[in-house]
Amino acid sequence: MNATGPGSIRLRGRAWRFGDDVDTDQIIPARYAIYSLDERRLGEHAMEGVPGVGPGWAQRVRPGDVIVAGSNFGCGSSREIAPIAIRGAGIACVVAASFARIFFRNAINLGYPIVQSPAAAAAVEEGDEVEVDLEAGVVRDLTTGREHPAEPFPPFMTELMRTGGLVPWVRRRLEERRQGVG
Amino acid sequence: MGMTMSEKILARASGRERVRPGDLVLAKIDFAMGHDLTIPPAGRIMREEMGADRVWDPERVAVVQDHFQPAKDAASAALGRLTREFAREMGVSWYFEVGQGGICHTVLPERGLVLPGELVVGADSHSCTYGALNCFATGIGSTDLACVLALGELWFRVPESLKLVYHHRLGPWVEAKDLILHVIGLLGVDGARYRAMEHTGEALGWIDMEGRLTMTNMAIEAGAKNAIMACDEVTEAYLRGRARRPYTPVRSDPDAGYERVIEVDAERVPITLARPMSPADTAPIDAVAGTRLDQVFIGSCTNSRIGDLRRAARVLEGRRVAPWVRLIVTPSSHEVALQAEREGLIRVFLEAGAAWTTATCGACLGGHQGVLGEGEVCLSTTNRNFPGRMGDPGALVYLASPVVAAASAVAGEIVHPAEVVGEPVSA
Repeated sequence: MNATGPGSIRLRGRAWRFGDDVDTDQIIPARYAIYSLDERRLGEHAMEGVPGVGPGWAQRVRPGDVIVAGSNFGCGSSREIAPIAIRGAGIACVVAASFARIFFRNAINLGYPIVQSPAAAAAVEEGDEVEVDLEAGVVRDLTTGREHPAEPFPPFMTELMRTGGLVPWVRRRLEERRQGVG
Repeated sequence: MGMTMSEKILARASGRERVRPGDLVLAKIDFAMGHDLTIPPAGRIMREEMGADRVWDPERVAVVQDHFQPAKDAASAALGRLTREFAREMGVSWYFEVGQGGICHTVLPERGLVLPGELVVGADSHSCTYGALNCFATGIGSTDLACVLALGELWFRVPESLKLVYHHRLGPWVEAKDLILHVIGLLGVDGARYRAMEHTGEALGWIDMEGRLTMTNMAIEAGAKNAIMACDEVTEAYLRGRARRPYTPVRSDPDAGYERVIEVDAERVPITLARPMSPADTAPIDAVAGTRLDQVFIGSCTNSRIGDLRRAARVLEGRRVAPWVRLIVTPSSHEVALQAEREGLIRVFLEAGAAWTTATCGACLGGHQGVLGEGEVCLSTTNRNFPGRMGDPGALVYLASPVVAAASAVAGEIVHPAEVVGEPVSA
């Protein structure tokens, strides 16, 4: 996680705007699924399936930038390469009015920060400098000076996201089983 | 308050008396599936990152070579190989090689591997298909699958349920596909987001298991977590001689809680298509008739089972695909292909001028054997038509039933099948 300082979980970058119902085949077209094990290559093609965006989008992203999208972000396929491609492109966080459920699960399981904020999705504009404060649950638009609340997730999910996702959780559980306490 | 079928399954699997929508549970998995795009990352995460050296129960895992197989290029051959090696090294009991399986969501039901009352996960969004067999079945990602393979359990948020009640009976030419497209049109692509869709009502009694699988298959297109149907005589008849394990069906309690109940008069549902670029942008056939087509695709886990192929073949028998149109027929499993061969259906397709392919996901996700170019218009029996799904983002895809697809291939444009055939066809 690109923390801006010790102990804090603030992400700061420029906003890239997308609309409603951006599906996984737009986030990373299925033909690139052959690169399923290569995050960097996936990242190079992130978002290029969105009509009007096309190839080359990822090359314009600066590490730490943020996607701000409408509702039902990540609908469609279960392929985990969708959040992985976005992460691979250098996007630090996705803010959306709402997320499709498998994309939501995949991001949480990967420990990749996502924020549900209909208010930010309605107000933030392309290119705005935004600061996402995961701890406080707010999206600050530094360009307009406005602050938008994020909707809280259940504590278990926030904890998974904070502790690096499902992998460390499974490692702990396997260890417990080996020691006969699981 | 009582519980829905979905709640009962999640309660049983998590060892609880009862669960309520919104509860987070850790549940034991009855069956898990992955394929050639999702097993390679899941296998790597399970072994290298999670540190597990075997799967929790090889008898309860299926691995299917279907998406980019037979390999479309060297990179997909590499994924196929990783998939094959994982299945072999883990001793997975249900491994389906090219030529012996087909599309995962057809193969698992037809081999009796997903059963009433069970909790099933698949690393593919259309894993919701299995719910037609009265199980709680949902799609997961690769990290999820790695967790399941390592532990045999996974976290779930118990979903709210939407109840759909189908009254009366579907009219002539109107199929399960039309009904589910109609419902997605009513709900929108996120109208059932995070929800369980429970399909009920007398109209279902007239819909065979294949049609039911078509309906549950498309739950994800409305954003649902799962779709589920009760176990009735149709279900039991389908499972007879097929089921690999004993099973216990579940029923929703009469006082179960639903977030919303939607009543649909099946008799009034028209032949329905989805227009580009969303499965929820639905229209009755009259509104899109006359649209010129470049390609017609009959395939996928939605609509390419034997009954679908029979009905399409009845339409095509003694007719020819229109000049300048290509009709691609991809059976959804090897079993389906074999049965089509026995019944002489393949000959009907070939004589009509259709291209017949091996069982694969193929063109549905723009993989191979029918990828669309910019500006091309396709009518497809598949489930999803978001921009770029079947190839170039500038291609236009309409979704429809197999009879509409077959008739439109003959006409060269979207057409009411009655205009091509006259009398309604049945499987």
